[in-house]
Amino acid sequence: MAEPLLRVRELRKYFPVRGGFPRRIIAQLKAVDGVSFEIEHGRTFGLVGESGCGKSTLGRALLRLHEPTSGQVVLDGTDITALDRKQLKAWRRRMQIIFQDPFSSLSPRRTVRQTIREALDTHAIGDRSSRDAEVERLLEIVGLRPQVLDRYPHEFSGGQRQRVGIARALALRPDFIVADEPVSALDVSVQSQVLNLLSDLQREHGIAFLFISHDLAVVQHISDVVAVMYLGKIVEVASATDLYRDPRHPYTQALMAAIPVPDPEREREKLVAPGDVPSPIDPPSGCPFHPRCPHAMTVCSEVVPPAIKVGEGHVVSCHLYGGNDE
Amino acid sequence: MTALLEVEDLCVEFTTERGVVRAVDHVSFSIDRGDTLGIVGESGCGKTVTSLALLGLVPTPPGRIAGGQIRLDGTNLVGLGEKALRRIRGSRISLIFQEPMTALNPVFTIGNQMTDVIRLHEGLDRVAARERAAEMLAQVGIPIPTKRLDEYPHELSGGMRQRVMIAMALSCNPDVLVADEPTTALDVTTQAQVLEQIVKLQDRLGMAVILITHDLGVIAESCERALVMYCGRVIEDAATADLYRDPQHPYTRGLLNSIPRIREDRPQRLPVIPGTVPDLLHMPPGCRFATRCQRHQPICDSADPPLTAAGASQAACYFPGAQGDDHG
Repeated sequence: MAEPLLRVRELRKYFPVRGGFPRRIIAQLKAVDGVSFEIEHGRTFGLVGESGCGKSTLGRALLRLHEPTSGQVVLDGTDITALDRKQLKAWRRRMQIIFQDPFSSLSPRRTVRQTIREALDTHAIGDRSSRDAEVERLLEIVGLRPQVLDRYPHEFSGGQRQRVGIARALALRPDFIVADEPVSALDVSVQSQVLNLLSDLQREHGIAFLFISHDLAVVQHISDVVAVMYLGKIVEVASATDLYRDPRHPYTQALMAAIPVPDPEREREKLVAPGDVPSPIDPPSGCPFHPRCPHAMTVCSEVVPPAIKVGEGHVVSCHLYGGNDE
Repeated sequence: MTALLEVEDLCVEFTTERGVVRAVDHVSFSIDRGDTLGIVGESGCGKTVTSLALLGLVPTPPGRIAGGQIRLDGTNLVGLGEKALRRIRGSRISLIFQEPMTALNPVFTIGNQMTDVIRLHEGLDRVAARERAAEMLAQVGIPIPTKRLDEYPHELSGGMRQRVMIAMALSCNPDVLVADEPTTALDVTTQAQVLEQIVKLQDRLGMAVILITHDLGVIAESCERALVMYCGRVIEDAATADLYRDPQHPYTRGLLNSIPRIREDRPQRLPVIPGTVPDLLHMPPGCRFATRCQRHQPICDSADPPLTAAGASQAACYFPGAQGDDHG
């Protein structure tokens, strides 16, 4: 079996919480708490969860934009977390990121040409003259006309700005891109254009994506494999089809039921998870979802559920599937 | 018979450095007690400006209501003075904003802010107002309301804050509740709770609800009727069931098609609406959707199509319904 492009093992990212007097570290915010998964070459791995579940931190920790607290991130056989700064720079060529808000992630003082060229200059790709041609080629790939090259970000609509962000990520011809809520700030009609662009790019250039979103419908649409995250942990992983057909974790089920569906004739399943997401500084004991879970048992508040395989490539962390059933 | 709230040919304009922008252009609708009307559209379509106009909250200058009427029980609110409007806001028409953190005052307790509104409009004393506030918090499903009354907004979660906003908006038994993207800042599981709460309260209190959102899913689950807005105009006005079963306007159709849905057979590509929304300062002379429309014909550029009966609905299109939809 082929090696996956990216293998993440027991990744953790804790942020110290300071307070008290004198100021000291009083707690650890466990934003990412022991996450493991793999991404195949040229595939899209979707990561879905609500705000504060740690999905963005995870995306950034993979690229070491946040330094991981512990764990391994192995890209094509090399452990990224063990590299020094110089080595890391070389590896950054292979992994890029697209941000949610294309306005704050583009410098307002730089033209599109300067923004995209910077990546090529930094990594000394090609000679000076060929870089200009390359910038134009990148713009064409993301569907922008060359006339916009010398414009500034404020002259663009949200969808166009996101295209510039995508062109910048593509500049180094990476084989892995973290797309952190790339369409969440866009209107529906523009969102579908950008989603299509991303799947075209993947098909043509064989790029693997970690696609992060709070929107399960978007994630399910674009991803091959979907992971559901809750309070720093992945609670369920399955192929997009299996997750739709047979969601196992009660949180996944609640998430599915909560999505408003644009079909007034659909019978609404009343499966609303009560309450709010608890604070990641002081997460519940045992299974993080147990205070909101309709199926909570005694064991759920005491023991962290192990990852249980319930089907081919379908893993769920829930005590409901711990026994011999199925 | 006149409806509770009637909006007729409402126009709102903003003066900008580059010229005058008409953000809301001849918008008309009416709503009665117990009804839920959805207004859906993408950013810049005029849905929020419409809601501000209903409460006389269009910032003037640069904005102004350039024409039309807003009649509440027959009384035209357009042109009323600030003093008269203050008596209506909160007591007869209430507004819930998208971001509850910016709509609540961070330096006053929840109880402080809620009792202010109740004492002003209902003339209750401090003790009675506090009782009413606690009762309202209980109604929107907040546990231990008397404790919450003494807390500050930052001590509450997003969903709780939005519930406080709803409780505050409903504390004086308004006839009309305008909810502008009430769940957009919330997580989906919280959104489901808040929407359910609004529906429940409406059943109990019988007010009219105007729900403004960009999310066609939210409309489908909570509204009986919906207006679709595009570039300041209502381009479709339909019962929700008809809107989704048989959308008339190509824009509505395009929007519905372009939403990713959770389903088993995932299409490789989503159908898209090509292009982008035109600049409000340089509106095409004819139909505003013409530049992005696959049914585009010469007549579309001649004059903006009026809202006319199409199928079971009303649509502003010369070629409504399913016709001409198959190529492209």
